[in-house]
Amino acid sequence: MNGNATEFLGGMRAIAPLIAAVIPIGLVFGALAATKELSPLETGLMSALVFAGGSQFVAMDIWTHPASWTGVGFAALLVNIRHVLMSASLATKMQSFGPRSRYLAMLFLADEIWAMAEFRAGVARLTPAWFAGLVAPFYLAWVLSALAGATLGAFLGDPVVLGLDFAFPAVFIVLVIGFWKGPETGAVLLASGVAAVVTQHFVPGVWYIAAGALAGLMAAIVSGHRRMEVTP
Amino acid sequence: MTLDFATLLAILAMAVATMLTRVSGLFLIRHVSLEGSRRKAIESIPPAVLMAVVAPTAFSTGIAETLACAVTAFAAFRLPMLVSVALGVASVAILRSLGL
Repeated sequence: MNGNATEFLGGMRAIAPLIAAVIPIGLVFGALAATKELSPLETGLMSALVFAGGSQFVAMDIWTHPASWTGVGFAALLVNIRHVLMSASLATKMQSFGPRSRYLAMLFLADEIWAMAEFRAGVARLTPAWFAGLVAPFYLAWVLSALAGATLGAFLGDPVVLGLDFAFPAVFIVLVIGFWKGPETGAVLLASGVAAVVTQHFVPGVWYIAAGALAGLMAAIVSGHRRMEVTP
Repeated sequence: MTLDFATLLAILAMAVATMLTRVSGLFLIRHVSLEGSRRKAIESIPPAVLMAVVAPTAFSTGIAETLACAVTAFAAFRLPMLVSVALGVASVAILRSLGL
């Protein structure tokens, strides 16, 4: 087997648990879209073109008839503004990517893809083949599960009773633990968590994600400066 | 199979907005040098973003969610990802069925 195939399979193996977690979420999204009277075609198209679960759920939350492209477009921008930070961070770890494949890869930067790619870059060289191994099965799982959810709709059980809605936060918690690098990480997590909870409490909508991410970033900058003053 | 025009427009607006956020990082690092403390700050982005997304679930949704998050985090120190996630999902289902 050549190197690229090995890398591709490696990416597939890494994303496997997240596929198990995303299928129920995709089913729920499809079923939810059906209750908002989106056709299976429209639901599948949204999952295929937007490919960002958080903003898709928010869009369903604020969906109107007829659909308001300014409303959901702005909401998507707001929910996904974290991707600016995520792509800036991952861009520093893409030395094996050509200029065009960098842009192509970034179009598929869903949270799960990004988190696994960051994790990979921490232990080995991130290659385009490994990244493609993450993207291909995950993208298919997201689009097909949304289509299935839209078609089956009400036949699905209540995912909240089964706890399946918890799969997504659970994966994120596992990844947070994986990024632990000592007390500095603790300061980042504390700042981000407090800012997110407080913002979510007082500000409607999804500003809390951007607020938490920025607060964590600020905490890292402040603690970085302090360390430099102590040990010049 | 229907495709409403307003719906298609809305989907395209979401797609364009999302794509913009995803490629903008590439522009950003081309114009900002990344040395020393900036590099450190960039490295803090992954945990900061992940924490911001999960914090409301972990701390202000309900007792079942908070406890299940603690179980997941504790498990993640020792166990593989899939096992930790499964434990978290199972505990939230059990705790909710107990009425928490």
